[in-house]
Amino acid sequence: MTTNCALVRALRRLLPRDAVLAEPEELKPYECDGLSAYRRLPQVVVLPYTAEQVQAVLAWCYAHDVPVVARGAGTGLSGGSLPQENGVLLCLGRLNRILAIDPANRTACLQPGVCNLAISQAARPYGLYYAPDPSSQIACTIGGNVAENAGGIHCLKYGLTVNNVLGLVFLTAAGEEIRVGGSGLDGPGLDILAMLHGSEGLLGILTEVTVRLLPLPEAARVLMAAFDSVTQAAEAVGAVIRAGLIPAGLEMMDKVTIKGVEDFLQVHYPQEAEAILLCEVDGFAAQVEEELALAREVLVASGACEVWVASDETERQRFWAGRKAAFPAIGRITPDYYCMDGTIPRGRLAEVLAGIAQLSQKYGLRVANVFHAGDGNLHPLIMYDAAVPGELERVERLGDEILALCVQVGGAITGEHGVGVEKLNGMCYQFTLKELAQFHAVKRAFDPKGLLNPGKAIPTLARCIELGRAHVRGGQLGHPELERF
Amino acid sequence: MDRTDELVEKVNAAIADRKPLRLIGGGSKDFYGCLLQGEPLYLSGHRGIIDYAPEELVVTVRAGTPLAELEQALASQGQMLPFEPPHFGPATVGGAVASGLSGPRRPFVGAVRDFVLGTKLLTGRGEVLSFGGRVMKNVAGFDVSRLMAGSLGTLGVILEVSLKVLPKPEREWTLCQEVEADKALELMSAWMGQSLPLSALAYEEPYMYLRLSGTERAVADAARRIGGERLAEGEDFWQELREQRRPFFTEGEGDLWRLAVPPAAPWPDIAGRFLLDWGGAQRWVHTLEAPTRLFQLAAELNGHATLFRTKGARYEVFQPLPENLAKLHKALKEAFDPYRIFNPGRMYPEW
Repeated sequence: MTTNCALVRALRRLLPRDAVLAEPEELKPYECDGLSAYRRLPQVVVLPYTAEQVQAVLAWCYAHDVPVVARGAGTGLSGGSLPQENGVLLCLGRLNRILAIDPANRTACLQPGVCNLAISQAARPYGLYYAPDPSSQIACTIGGNVAENAGGIHCLKYGLTVNNVLGLVFLTAAGEEIRVGGSGLDGPGLDILAMLHGSEGLLGILTEVTVRLLPLPEAARVLMAAFDSVTQAAEAVGAVIRAGLIPAGLEMMDKVTIKGVEDFLQVHYPQEAEAILLCEVDGFAAQVEEELALAREVLVASGACEVWVASDETERQRFWAGRKAAFPAIGRITPDYYCMDGTIPRGRLAEVLAGIAQLSQKYGLRVANVFHAGDGNLHPLIMYDAAVPGELERVERLGDEILALCVQVGGAITGEHGVGVEKLNGMCYQFTLKELAQFHAVKRAFDPKGLLNPGKAIPTLARCIELGRAHVRGGQLGHPELERF
Repeated sequence: MDRTDELVEKVNAAIADRKPLRLIGGGSKDFYGCLLQGEPLYLSGHRGIIDYAPEELVVTVRAGTPLAELEQALASQGQMLPFEPPHFGPATVGGAVASGLSGPRRPFVGAVRDFVLGTKLLTGRGEVLSFGGRVMKNVAGFDVSRLMAGSLGTLGVILEVSLKVLPKPEREWTLCQEVEADKALELMSAWMGQSLPLSALAYEEPYMYLRLSGTERAVADAARRIGGERLAEGEDFWQELREQRRPFFTEGEGDLWRLAVPPAAPWPDIAGRFLLDWGGAQRWVHTLEAPTRLFQLAAELNGHATLFRTKGARYEVFQPLPENLAKLHKALKEAFDPYRIFNPGRMYPEW
């Protein structure tokens, strides 16, 4: 790897001097994203300032068959922007302008590098905000949010990124510009706009995103319920939904997490509880008051030993502060942790949590549970010490078993973090070979040469066959022909 | 009744003979889209609710299930399809998804595509494949399921679909106010920008219609704040709008066009009668103007036009696509239906 190789020279001709990094010490910060267990140095990093520069890079790479991996803020949790050794890492962080806020149409037009939180900040003077709020929102970019179809605490009521984006402009691998959607509610033709969401940089490179803004809710109230058992808390989640409530957020934390958070922040979470639920209702003031009363009633009837309603905005922020700090709080009590992202039908919460507890014992590894209970999106945090030989391998085996459990009860291996490099094996559980072949056909329709983020998100058929892992659906093994291999 | 095997057999035969198939659910939307070509493939026999767990807010149905039957099953549990798909006759669930049409509640809760969680497909290779699932969040693999919403049966046969459902609001009120046409869009925009329990907002000259949804107190509170007369038979109005049974739709000359534009876009400069739905984002126009004029107008407003109902030719129905996007459409068709078996030319005559 040298700075004067043909690739670097060509890129320097296309871009300003400071937009091409090729020295090993310059490349180092880009060797991984938020999942640091996977690291690889790219051949070169480019940091273009304009969409035209992005287009020029893509066109050159296409003509010379050079792979391109896109990266936003690098907060991804599945290794989706892990670089290619022989490729270009295309950082879109400098395309960070808010192009327009349109209060009459309630939209914001953004470059892909705009930070998630900045959208709501810019919309606030107009009484509007952008709803999806992944926990990394102070850093993550809207381009990355689209690529991963990011969720957050409020997606039960307000949807994922895909439900809040109206239009996209993207470049194909060959550098051709395509516009889909617009600033109305739909566009002509096939819903390619939806297809781009969660496509993990395999189908196109975003250069513009138009999002829908919502009026700021008139009121928001949160309540916290403590339970003597995880099972009761899980059942209470179902009861809230059965009562006809769609809370803005419905989050659960188990005892390990509660203690970790309390030691870290002293937010006065009940220390004796086996689990707590945070339930937020927002919207029109009169509606919020009635929903709050109903939620309290349901939680008490579901066996909550105590329910607290945040009395003012300060207390509301305090309730949420603990939840938002849960991951770093766990990070303080263990040298390393591994964050998972399976989703399951809500009705199987109690059963799956019991299963995870058993698996945790079997492997002798502690697991903390903190997650979006309302939409059945689990985030088990497996605690371990990477310095202990063999421990990471044990973690991965435990993780695999947890994901297999999620798929078995009718769930999915990833709810919002993406497949990246991390869950390629899990994809072999989730899909049949023919389904994976269909994904590859879709990929070819967008990127016939396979240059955009190769090797991510969709495993090769050979990988699944070699793995010998038959996919599991509804408790039955799919394609039994695999045993012949 | 599971007719998967029979359908696979028929599709495989069509593939072998390279004979196109015309997919038919209830036949209620035959008027929609471009050409109807190919041997009919009837899907209404493949029906039945496979799984419905109200506390999961998810229902999985075979595509030939009558839409009315599904809606009834949901209503019996106090739930609904929030996107209010129009029936236009004996509609099936598969047809509702494939046509991608949504009713008055759309701008407040989302469209069909926002509620599709998973599908089982029969592709143009004769393969039965499942995508997505029955959970609210799932980013494993490309979102093929959502791509089926509004695809007009051009990519494959939808065999099953899992839909997210929502509880029916406790109360719904419809308010009506007399408003001058040139004030309507501004007023809509002002309401849409506030935290109000709105669930439909339409303007049919000279009246503005608003639907409020929520708890009794919330609806009453909001009604006081907004003002206007409360319609006793309010739900009838929204039903007639959703099913295009209002005189606006059934009377008069000319083609019925749908303009999907940014909600605050100005009134298009065109001779014809207008009805505004979706807070201004969906505009129905009765006009005799030529398709090219409508497509041009829609593009100028940063939206798109659809020739929705006509007694004339159905060649230019959907907004023409720019070259690169058109190329991508053809490539996607190829990826799902390489022998061009399903509904050829229904969306765009070239494929």
